[in-house]
Amino acid sequence: MTTEVAIVGIGMHEFGRTEGVSGMDQGVIAVRRACADAGVSWEDMQFAFGGSMAAGAADTMVSLLGLTGLQFINVANGCATGGSALFSAYNTIRSGVFDLGIAVGFDKHERGAFRVNTKGSGLGDWYGASGLALTTQFFGMKINRYMHEYGISQSTLAKVSEKAFRNGAMNPMAWRRKPISEEEVLNSAMLSYPLTQYMFCSPGEGGVALILARADKAHLYTDKPIFLDAAVVRSRRFGSFEVLAPSIALEHNAGPTVDSSKAAFEMAGIGPEDIDIAQLQDTEAGAEVMHMAENGFCEHGEQEFMIQAGETEIGGKFPVNTDGGCLANGEPIGASGLRQVYENVLQLRGQAGARQVPNDPKTAYTHVYGAPGISGVTILSR
Amino acid sequence: MAQVPVTDGVFTWPSESPQLIGSRCVTCGNHMFPVQQGCPKCTGAETEEVLLGRRGTLWTWTVQGFPPKAPPYAGDVDPKTFKAFGVGYVELPGQLKIESRLTEADPEKLKIGMEMEMVIVPLSTDANGNEVVTFAFAPVA
Repeated sequence: MTTEVAIVGIGMHEFGRTEGVSGMDQGVIAVRRACADAGVSWEDMQFAFGGSMAAGAADTMVSLLGLTGLQFINVANGCATGGSALFSAYNTIRSGVFDLGIAVGFDKHERGAFRVNTKGSGLGDWYGASGLALTTQFFGMKINRYMHEYGISQSTLAKVSEKAFRNGAMNPMAWRRKPISEEEVLNSAMLSYPLTQYMFCSPGEGGVALILARADKAHLYTDKPIFLDAAVVRSRRFGSFEVLAPSIALEHNAGPTVDSSKAAFEMAGIGPEDIDIAQLQDTEAGAEVMHMAENGFCEHGEQEFMIQAGETEIGGKFPVNTDGGCLANGEPIGASGLRQVYENVLQLRGQAGARQVPNDPKTAYTHVYGAPGISGVTILSR
Repeated sequence: MAQVPVTDGVFTWPSESPQLIGSRCVTCGNHMFPVQQGCPKCTGAETEEVLLGRRGTLWTWTVQGFPPKAPPYAGDVDPKTFKAFGVGYVELPGQLKIESRLTEADPEKLKIGMEMEMVIVPLSTDANGNEVVTFAFAPVA
């Protein structure tokens, strides 16, 4: 019998651009806020898993938080860094090794599209020199093919962005808090056809920390424990279509999102129809559309109707990316997956303020996807 | 001006009809590009070099609308003179899909399923004044 796991404290440093505050410091602020939320001190932490992509080794934050001697393990797993830290913390408690610990992620990226380290990604110098080492191209190509196969319109992509900025405007932690109309989204600069500037998220900054405890001790820290029913990370299988791939196989295989989603539902013992609210990776507007189907929430092509009908709005049948997603929050890689969980905890507690979904959610789902073809999923319940 | 390839071992050069250089798994026959030792399909460790086909069909595409960061990009990054370029995956029958620059960058002229052929295109000028070339795929007229 494994131990059940609860999230008993959450903390976040505002996403966006914070001049003069390092990525590491944003992580430390998130940890302090999470400790305050759970009513614990850093000394109470028995273990930590943490990571960033561009803002330093997470374990060095102990010199700012206190040298208590706790077990601190750095996590570096591309776009699933935050999700991997959470997976590790989850299993550490589940296995009974420790009772209380923290998962933390933070980052601070330079402006503009990610500069890909071709060598570090196992790619030849020729690939970047030839102008192919841009993650943005993959997203343009994947949604272009998807629109061709399943009849998704550009208006639907623009509506996803419009929703993200509208939700972001209600989120004091979000980077982009100004509503942008569908028309403005469509008329912004074409960055990677069919995706325009306002259909893409930007690399940014921020930090998130989550405190996890044995579920049977959660009442010591909170009267609103949120239970972590599944945490899964999967890499790609042969035949999937992934970012930064000089070639792909002729045969088609569903990507790591489909695999991690299925595994998470199996672990939680529920299905997509049981989920009340979801935060899905929206590196760009098309990703949110495709990920709705890849995670099992609809059939391929049904998104066109669902989004045009407003079903994924905060007041809709199936709210998606209620905090504005990556589009409104930006993407600090190490923190991004944990931001999704943070938002779901707020929504399940009923503490999401102006953007609180009205459907009294009892279950919530998160999904990250990124380089080099990796995905992480969590399922929460109250 | 002398022409030099952006790298050795990715396409045959100089050549009248250049071809991409890939690998084929000795165990399962799976094709890979660029050359690699292990097979991602069957986990076999032995592969042999193979020249890939020069013609295929466009599987998907996009247009690179802003100058990529340099490095790693070797081409023109001056916002005043930068020209958008097409990028796509071309499906080579019986082999695999290759990611490549496209010579066409007009969304009106790019169609999924259209016939494409491999060509060599100029990319930049190196420190010695040589023209650096790379591979691309062009619509078959």
